[in-house]
Amino acid sequence: MIDPDIPAESMYREHILDHYTHPRNYGEIKNASTAFSGRNPLCGDEVKIELKIEKGRIVDVGFVGGGCAISKASASLITEGIKGKTIEEVKKMKKEDVLKLLEIPISPVRLKCALLSFKVLENAITAYEKKRDEHG
Amino acid sequence: MKALVEISDFPILGRKIHGKRLVYLDNAATTQLPVQVISAIDTFYKKHNASINRGIYLLSQEATESYVQAKEKVAAFFHAIEHDVVFTKNATEALNIVSHACEGRLKKGDEILVSSVEHHANFVPWQVLAKKRSAKLVILPLSAENKIDHSLLKKFLSKKTRIVALSHMSNVLGIENPLADTIRLVKETDPSILTVIDACQSAAHIPIDVQGLGADFLALSSHKMLAPSGIGVLFGRKDIVVDFEPLLYGGDMIDKVTDAETTFAESPRRFEAGTQNPAGAHAFAEALSYLDKVGMDNVHAHCEQLGTLAYDLLVKIPGIEVYSPRIGNNGILSFNMRGVHPHDVASLLDSDGVAIRAGHHCAMPLMSRLGISFSCRASFYIYNTSDDAKALYTALMKVRDIFKKGDS
Repeated sequence: MIDPDIPAESMYREHILDHYTHPRNYGEIKNASTAFSGRNPLCGDEVKIELKIEKGRIVDVGFVGGGCAISKASASLITEGIKGKTIEEVKKMKKEDVLKLLEIPISPVRLKCALLSFKVLENAITAYEKKRDEHG
Repeated sequence: MKALVEISDFPILGRKIHGKRLVYLDNAATTQLPVQVISAIDTFYKKHNASINRGIYLLSQEATESYVQAKEKVAAFFHAIEHDVVFTKNATEALNIVSHACEGRLKKGDEILVSSVEHHANFVPWQVLAKKRSAKLVILPLSAENKIDHSLLKKFLSKKTRIVALSHMSNVLGIENPLADTIRLVKETDPSILTVIDACQSAAHIPIDVQGLGADFLALSSHKMLAPSGIGVLFGRKDIVVDFEPLLYGGDMIDKVTDAETTFAESPRRFEAGTQNPAGAHAFAEALSYLDKVGMDNVHAHCEQLGTLAYDLLVKIPGIEVYSPRIGNNGILSFNMRGVHPHDVASLLDSDGVAIRAGHHCAMPLMSRLGISFSCRASFYIYNTSDDAKALYTALMKVRDIFKKGDS
């Protein structure tokens, strides 16, 4: 839900703060199949996502970076949400699905923070598929 | 502490933000307009609007006259005698006019000196210019107090120094560099070194004496001084700008145009290409009259007192680190709250109606010197009160409580 008049307070719910202070899947993973980084133009914060893919399924995922509570919690929730899913399933995800995962109203200025890791994830998968197709 | 002016002069301060009173603390970025300035714009468009310099009809004459008077007001307010007043769209354009014109004056190996406190507007143009001309950008380190240090400056000036461009007041830390002595030192080393002052923050806080400062160029923006955005000023020493290459080419800046070539108008007109912003110029003059009545010394004292008061409140909050000094911050306070990203702080403050800036404040070299990537910045002006400083304190305490919950 995007609402310009949403006071920020409603974004900082307990689960968001929990994922910010105790992010899931934080750190690099072993034998990653693909990795991708992206930057939030608003603040310059960078998020890197690594995926380990076996038989078209994401068996492990890790992320590093992400500065603000919204971007870090979002990366934590997204990586939690995609672990065990197939690439095809993840490719069907839309930004609305990510916002649903967050379960908070997002003000338009913070939308880029909320969707940064989703964008990085999309790029990571595109990079993986390109590499896979090139190598047959 | 009460406001220095009638708060009712500033209608926007009556606005509610998420149902709360607006506490506007982003004045280092842009200030709000008093009704006197807003009605000056209103009157201009209702009665005198026309393109300046060209029209023969009465309206154009009036618009032109008002533009000329605005320039006279600017020259008088900032005490410009040997400098032309060029209206630009902002200080960034003013600084780019100078850096662009310097292109033909630099050769390989020449040096341009800036300090590490600079706003990007007085850093990037010089960096780009240095690259274009294979010149060297020399970055003057600051003293332990984050000020320009003359003994360091002497070491960094060389026979190859051609340009020295310095900030008069930091937009991040609020620290003033009294540049008159600095400029004298540079000119004593070599009078042909071009000196440039970025006075964007200082112009809003202290009386500026262009003649007394002695720099060849000085740039400022009106929107930090109660005027609308879209008007900046370049003060350029007359004997230097006389043959300066313009940055923009087109209408109104020419002397004669033929199929083969163009000769340019004299300064300052050669730097004012295309349709100008007479309403903005008129509004700026009105804003300067308003500041005249308040008195720049009073502006300085008020912001400084509020800055110290706010500093004392901020340091009471556990986990807050303030980068600005307690004394001499000119009401500009940069700080961070441990474990909380500045954007989260700014978002949460916004829900309490408190508007602050969060980020690198267009001063990334300074940020890296301070060992941080970004900070929160609260900046006060003449309409702010000690209640505003307290509102900032209360809102920050709330942020701390919210993030403490997440920590448990």
